[in-house]
Amino acid sequence: MPHYYQPEIETASREEILAIQNEKIVKQVKHVYENVKYYRDLMDAKGVKPEDIQSVDDIKKLPFLSKADLREAYPYGLLGTDLKNCVRIHSTSGTTGKRVVAFYTQHDVDIWNDCCARAIVAAGGNSGDVCQVAYGYGLFTGGFGLHGGSEKVGCLTLPMSSGNTERQIQFMMDLGATIICCTPSYAAYIGETLAEQGYKPEDNKLKAGIFGAEPWTEEMRRSIEKSLGIKAYDIYGLTETSGPGVAFECCAQSGMHINEDHFYAEIIDPDTGEVLPEGSKGELVFTSLDKEAFPLLRYRTRDICVLSHEKCACGRTHVKMSKPMGRSDDMMIIRGVNVFPSQIETVLLNEGYTPNYQIIVDRVNNSDTLDVNVELLPEQFSDIVAENQKKERALEIAMRTMLGIGPRVHLVPPHSIVRSEGKAVRVIDKRKLHD
Amino acid sequence: MAIQQISVFLENKEGKLAEAIKAISGANVNIRALCVADTRDFGILRLITSNNADAKAALSDTGAVLATDVIAAKMDDTAGALSRILDILAEAQINIEYMYAFTGAADLGAYVVLRVNNTPAAEAILKAAGISTLCDDDVKAM
Repeated sequence: MPHYYQPEIETASREEILAIQNEKIVKQVKHVYENVKYYRDLMDAKGVKPEDIQSVDDIKKLPFLSKADLREAYPYGLLGTDLKNCVRIHSTSGTTGKRVVAFYTQHDVDIWNDCCARAIVAAGGNSGDVCQVAYGYGLFTGGFGLHGGSEKVGCLTLPMSSGNTERQIQFMMDLGATIICCTPSYAAYIGETLAEQGYKPEDNKLKAGIFGAEPWTEEMRRSIEKSLGIKAYDIYGLTETSGPGVAFECCAQSGMHINEDHFYAEIIDPDTGEVLPEGSKGELVFTSLDKEAFPLLRYRTRDICVLSHEKCACGRTHVKMSKPMGRSDDMMIIRGVNVFPSQIETVLLNEGYTPNYQIIVDRVNNSDTLDVNVELLPEQFSDIVAENQKKERALEIAMRTMLGIGPRVHLVPPHSIVRSEGKAVRVIDKRKLHD
Repeated sequence: MAIQQISVFLENKEGKLAEAIKAISGANVNIRALCVADTRDFGILRLITSNNADAKAALSDTGAVLATDVIAAKMDDTAGALSRILDILAEAQINIEYMYAFTGAADLGAYVVLRVNNTPAAEAILKAAGISTLCDDDVKAM
């Protein structure tokens, strides 16, 4: 029996959802036009007036916002209300350049918490649960987002933040955590550490994990589910649109329901900007329908995915987005070929290796090189050099088949790759140092 | 009789070998013989020690550790002794993956450590040819 946090809206009919969206978008465009000069200038330049937007069908007339706009408008250029009405700031990790800061009014925090609460209930959470929030607390949205959602649901909330794995495990075991929220790479690390300490998956009380903030594969999901003895749920969000909870997975584990009463999603052709029909693969674009402080319209996420309105077994009616095939930020162009770290991870897990790897991209004599360091499990190592090299060659062939370009694979001892407690550093692109 | 050799998988990086050897010395284990295989990416340190269990425990933080059976055959310390052993194995179509030699501290005898593709067969053939091999207790007693 599926449970919902806000059943009336999560299972609303398409007509009801559209009616809510249409009402909100008219108000939101007016709000933005009147309060955000940066976007007003963009609309004026395109010749679009607020009254041109009468329903979500008209959203396609609006100009896009990109990460470049957010950087240009830093810090206050896209603020939609007076600073005295704001209660919170969060910021992106800045891994892909200058940080982006996002502002929240109390209303914005409340709807964000509701979105996260929906995700926790969809993962089977209720007021009897003990929810361990092992996302970082601070400027990063992960910790505070899931924390707020967990309290809304009424879970006993453990605000662990990320890191200090020994303490995470001690609290998990001593206080009987039933739900854990963190990045998938940290969940994998906790699972690995538990096993090293002699715990079996059934020794903990966890039943579900809500993992996001970095791309992960189906293979990694299965590996985490096995090591922790849980069901692993994906959650999606960006600081620019509030944080985690923009979309979340339900018991069907087949895509993430977008909270359509707060966010309107489009899929566009990333090259032409043209809106693509349902089922097409393209770049995900979000319009915030009711945020006050940081009301982004048509924000290009650079995430490549597919939307589907197909009926979901869980009873939720909100549109589902596929797991992003990779954020263009993660995409590497190596010798002209697009490569995502998730492709390499898929190969490793399929071949029976751990998801502990590091990708090193460099440029030697004007040609790109791709090296992948892969951690061996103790039982995978041989005392014979040729046997180890055979494993390296087999991985190189499997990766070449997957990627279309040939990497060099290097086996490294267990634990030699630094574990992340927040977002994993999977890629070291040394080409940037030379440029 | 085969003896147990322990192998450690190490990064080919400065300090890694020192770290492994230090771990063994910290456990007060004596190294009877050793051999390092190096490739561009990694090194494999193979050891015959006075106490494999302690050595393995001490090394488990350093890298992947593995125990394998190898043959330690005694040779006369004369020209042609090793050649004779290798001929015997070649004739029996036994492939040698790697080998290294050492001198026994007590008896000053010459020994060759052989990692082959078929340890029991190699042992039987060497025995039949009158070549003696060490067992784990011999190594401990050395």
